[in-house]
Amino acid sequence: MRKAILFVTFLFVSAFLLLGVAEMRPFGQPAVADMDDYFITNAQGEVAVNNVVTAVVFDYRGFDTLGEATVLFAAVVGILALFRKPKEDER
Amino acid sequence: MSNHGMSVIVRTVTRFVYGLIILFGFYVIMHGHLTPGGGFQGGAVVASAFALLLVAFGSAGLKGRLNLHWLQSIEEVGALAFLALAFLGIGTAFFYNLLANSGGFLFGASVPAGANAGVLNAGGTVPLMNWAVGLKVMTGIAAVAITMLIGSKKEETE
Amino acid sequence: MNIGNLPFIAAALLVAFGLYTFLFKRNLIKLVIGITLIEMGVNLFLVTLGYRTGGISPIYTYAPEAQQMVLPTPQALTLTSIVIGLATTALLLSFAVFVHRHYGTLDIRKVKELKG
Repeated sequence: MRKAILFVTFLFVSAFLLLGVAEMRPFGQPAVADMDDYFITNAQGEVAVNNVVTAVVFDYRGFDTLGEATVLFAAVVGILALFRKPKEDER
Repeated sequence: MSNHGMSVIVRTVTRFVYGLIILFGFYVIMHGHLTPGGGFQGGAVVASAFALLLVAFGSAGLKGRLNLHWLQSIEEVGALAFLALAFLGIGTAFFYNLLANSGGFLFGASVPAGANAGVLNAGGTVPLMNWAVGLKVMTGIAAVAITMLIGSKKEETE
Repeated sequence: MNIGNLPFIAAALLVAFGLYTFLFKRNLIKLVIGITLIEMGVNLFLVTLGYRTGGISPIYTYAPEAQQMVLPTPQALTLTSIVIGLATTALLLSFAVFVHRHYGTLDIRKVKELKG
């Protein structure tokens, strides 16, 4: 019974995914590209960097990178705290 | 997995290769503002060299070479350097690129428009942030790999 | 060469496979593999959204002249997403190691029975 419910759920979600693909706009034609055109045009003048992706990561969208660095830091600290050797009096 | 690592072939090839992998990782970090790559990718490459050492030699081969406390300290230094570089332009805005196009000695050169051969001494805070994030990612992933290997080994002996 | 909407179909199939793994498998390691598959599908979808037909990568070093470039913002955000996925996967796997150490099994049904 439980497996049947799970299977129906899986079929439902997969059908909606494929339906969304069928309604997708053609590949290779972005709908809105104004912001990215601004980045491509002005990255060399404003940031003085050849690699536009690096300019976006570290300059235009620095806040995202800050949050990502925080997530990585939290994960590393969590793993180190999990595997820490327990002291003798804590057992 | 034994405490002494893998066979002689794997250990010999590792001795030849791991320095080259670390060098390539530092190249990717250093040229992050000119070629594909950057801090995250180069840091991951260097961390893969550490993981290769760990797999080939076992945890006994790493004793005294890589200290977990040192790795964690370097990771925190990288994170704080990233924050400090972000605060450098707080007079205008957070994450404002103060050093770009300043004409100074520290990454201050300008870049000609259009396709060019690449100017290494340009980009302002972007290459410095690449180095900070690269240090952070390489030490973070190396610390995670070492900790998980030692932790899963303790389970087998108990 | 025209490949139509094939990348979108590939992304949807990756998400569907991940969902299947997540719903029908009992092993904790396989659950982590399912989560990673869903992540990869979403990453592929994001990169695919930013492609322009005939575009080159957005890097000016030795670039061919007068070619339009693909959108840089989806690529940057996908880079962020990949690193976050790596951190999450490492944390999930270490939780799996601890479950195996504490209960002696990775089957979630047995873990539920052994609770306490």
